[in-house]
Amino acid sequence: MASAIVRLPDAQLHQLSAGYRAELAARRRTTLIGAAVLAGCAILAGWVAEVDAAKFAANVHRFADYIGRIFILDNGRHVLTDVGEWFWGLGRWTRQLVDTLLIAYLGTLLGAICAFFLCFAAAVNLTANPAKRFFARRFLEFCRTVPEIVFALIFVVAFGLGPVPGVLAILIHTAGALGKLFAEVVENIDMKPVEGVIASGGTRWQAIRYAVVPQVLPNFASYALLRFEINVRGASVMGFVGAGGIGQDLIEAIRKFYYSDVSAILLLIIAAVMVIDMVTERIRHGLLTREQGRT
Amino acid sequence: MSAPSKPVLFPDQSGVKLRHAQLIAGSARGRLTTAAVIALIVGVALFALLRLDFSVARLGSGLAQLGVFLGLMVPPTPGTQLMQLVKALAETVAIAFLGTLLAAILAAPLGFLAARNVMTNRIVQFVTRRFSDSIRGVDTLIWALIWINVVGLGPFAGVLAIMTSDIGSFSKLYSEAIEAVDRRPAEGVISTGGSKWHAIRFGIIPQVMPVLLSQVLYYFESNTRSATIIGIVGAGGIGLFLAETIRTYDWDKVAFIILMILATVAAIDHVSSRLRLSIVGQRAGSL
Repeated sequence: MASAIVRLPDAQLHQLSAGYRAELAARRRTTLIGAAVLAGCAILAGWVAEVDAAKFAANVHRFADYIGRIFILDNGRHVLTDVGEWFWGLGRWTRQLVDTLLIAYLGTLLGAICAFFLCFAAAVNLTANPAKRFFARRFLEFCRTVPEIVFALIFVVAFGLGPVPGVLAILIHTAGALGKLFAEVVENIDMKPVEGVIASGGTRWQAIRYAVVPQVLPNFASYALLRFEINVRGASVMGFVGAGGIGQDLIEAIRKFYYSDVSAILLLIIAAVMVIDMVTERIRHGLLTREQGRT
Repeated sequence: MSAPSKPVLFPDQSGVKLRHAQLIAGSARGRLTTAAVIALIVGVALFALLRLDFSVARLGSGLAQLGVFLGLMVPPTPGTQLMQLVKALAETVAIAFLGTLLAAILAAPLGFLAARNVMTNRIVQFVTRRFSDSIRGVDTLIWALIWINVVGLGPFAGVLAIMTSDIGSFSKLYSEAIEAVDRRPAEGVISTGGSKWHAIRFGIIPQVMPVLLSQVLYYFESNTRSATIIGIVGAGGIGLFLAETIRTYDWDKVAFIILMILATVAAIDHVSSRLRLSIVGQRAGSL
């Protein structure tokens, strides 16, 4: 079987290889045009955004300096030489961190509840009226497109400084983001239980309670936990605009050049986010495996 | 539950109820767990409400204020600053675009270093992952504040901030996509005498490229939203105007700026979702 590969007649081979080359050239051309368009956009964007490579090159060492500097105490020694001095405000920062977590928690919980009541109106299989669905969807879109910090800025004026505007801002953003995800989950359910409840005389909300909720609850909970994780990050900067949490002290430390405080607070935030990441991931994993075990 | 008007739906209803009482009632342990979880959720929420100074009076007066503001927002108007606002909005889009692009390029090597099936050295992999986790733990606004110290106020700091925080996210997404590839093409390249680089170039990259491009586009959309607020700390874009007009109570201008942002984000969503569809669709067809 030495010549298992059949060599095609030259004419046919030539035609095929020419076709292959043409195809390849066409693809190369598309890629090149794409790259050229991208480069053009990048140059335009660089001009608009005042990108200055020379300034960057001249100053980039400051970034490394800054990162290094935040690990130096005021007395000029490395932070690890005196951890007590480094984390001098541990009690205060821990309390603020707890506040931050509670802002994220309350915002996520209340936002998820709002999303729960809105998502059925946005789902095509439960709401036949297109006008109602349209309004529900646009409303959710508005809630998630406006960044939460913008809501926080407005609410700080209305409700006064403190964590209340932070919670409300996260609530609205979460309702918008989760409402969309929830509606997508609802659109993928098995409709037979719903039809069963409606056929035996149940109302819309009875159908939702007995036919929809049991199917979607694990997914809803999983999405809400994921959102909680995102909201912890969001809540950590709410203090930048006066909406409570640890952000207030952080922005003060950065603006007033309390270098070692910056690193201490940042490390606390990173540690908190990592712990929350791990915990929520385990709970979500548990929820999803339970869901798979049931079906 | 034994109301006299309760209709009998099928014969032997009470018998079924009796025989399957346990199934209908559910297990005691399950109900206890549910009750405990709900109690925990509600308990923490109540604690949070108390600790964060929520009060009906405060909420009521705040909502009343908010109603007044909403009334003042109509009709939205740009004032005399329309051209400045348009320029700031262009700046915002440029920040998002450039930040995403730079992050997408710079995160590529990190993604490969963090992928289990490419990087066999566990220590490098672990360090890369913790590094990108730490970057992701810091919000874009914080990165903006840090970069302002380096390159000064202005949109360039915003570009760098978006870039930095996205490097963390992208390297995680990349490594996950790379770990999910089919390993047979890479093995095929190796078995025909290709080097490790050949395996990556011809065995892995063609598989992950569409996924990565669509993720990058998705991030471009979400970064447009982040870039709108980055001006609040002085890193360029429309956020500066937004924060200023809110602080000076120019509610009609606030409404106009928010509408501009909504329109821009909707336009970018539209364009990028079409691009995404064409990229994913085209590659899927050529496979």
